[in-house]
Amino acid sequence: MSAETVEKAIEKKPSEALLSKRRKKLISDPLVDDNPITIQVLGICSALAVTTQMKPTLVMAISVIFVVVMANLTISLLRNTIPSRVRIIVQLAVVATLVTLVSEILRAFAYDMYKELSVFVGLIITNCIVMGRLEAFALGNKPYDSILDGFGSALGYSWIILTVAFFRELWGSGSVFGIPVFDYVSGIFGDDFSLATNGLMVSPVGAFIILGLIIWVQRTKTGYVEH
Amino acid sequence: MELFNLGIRSIFIDNMVFAYFLGMCSFLAVSKKVSTALGLGAAVIFVLTVTVPVNWLLNEFVLKEGALTWVNAELASIDLTFLRFIMFIAIIAAMVQLVEMVVEKFAPALYGALGIFLPLIAVNCAILGGSLFMAQRDYTLAESAVYGFGSGTGFFLAIVALAAIREKLKYSHVPNGLKGLGITMLLTGLMGIAFMSFMGIDL
Repeated sequence: MSAETVEKAIEKKPSEALLSKRRKKLISDPLVDDNPITIQVLGICSALAVTTQMKPTLVMAISVIFVVVMANLTISLLRNTIPSRVRIIVQLAVVATLVTLVSEILRAFAYDMYKELSVFVGLIITNCIVMGRLEAFALGNKPYDSILDGFGSALGYSWIILTVAFFRELWGSGSVFGIPVFDYVSGIFGDDFSLATNGLMVSPVGAFIILGLIIWVQRTKTGYVEH
Repeated sequence: MELFNLGIRSIFIDNMVFAYFLGMCSFLAVSKKVSTALGLGAAVIFVLTVTVPVNWLLNEFVLKEGALTWVNAELASIDLTFLRFIMFIAIIAAMVQLVEMVVEKFAPALYGALGIFLPLIAVNCAILGGSLFMAQRDYTLAESAVYGFGSGTGFFLAIVALAAIREKLKYSHVPNGLKGLGITMLLTGLMGIAFMSFMGIDL
């Protein structure tokens, strides 16, 4: 991948460094200051639905990174040929094709995961992060910048959903990535330390509350206030 | 009776928002005022009731394994399920466009009320989710129509209720970091607990 990106940067913009300050900002901004979930309120649907366990969340995060980056690249390459009246349909077609690809790959190589994620893989199509990035960035910027922008946004999305999943799995099922942490704790310290799991965390309610609290912590740190 | 049960289930127990987190983006973004929430909710009911049965027809007669036998017996082995996403989203975009034009022509008042919400609905996850669940659960045509209407109504109830609470919330002192999205998420969680009480109902 690095060879490909180096080549692209040289032929497109010989004057600008591969990871210049501006380009680094494209990746780092969506991580905290302009996070798609906590600040822009995009892509909440899938952020909550798959986060009862870490593993499906990781798969979801990787799928979203793939779809956003590839869709951004494709739309950015086509940006001068798409008539603005039909751009939504074109975007939907591109995104739906990529999502079909992801879904078929999952079905072929990780059938259990495919079953577990069920309709939520398909719902990446309507994940607002994807459409939002296409509309706001890829339609007006060069391919390499669009890849970076998509990658940054998807990464900002990924770390939030992984954090939500970490707490939900830890408190709801007493494990992390399927490793029964709570059992180890009570194994080491004896049965007096057996920790109870909280069923509320596994239910949708837990997701809303955890995400609300994460938003609170993050916004207090960055000082962002919504009016 | 079966259909009635399915309708009740999809409104309350399998509520789109509280049980499956679908349509959250517009649920959070368009719930600041009750009047706009009513508009979006009505548009969602409308579009779901239309698109789910239409996608059922598409799934049953074109996409399913062996669905093309009505054209020619030799086509029985063809399975186009992998085209589901792209076909469903295309149908939804087309139906939304069509519905928009029909409403504009025959019910200008309703069109004015729904306004910009109709086009936005094409990218609402609740709509695509409705069709995908319909395909996954093997509903019949009547069931899918009821399911579409029921889940639309569930979304309508949820968004109007949230908008009403948020209107009142303007007068309370919320901590700075929690203002807006943060408190809305917590609120939605609490409403989810209320909706969980329907889970005990066995229909």
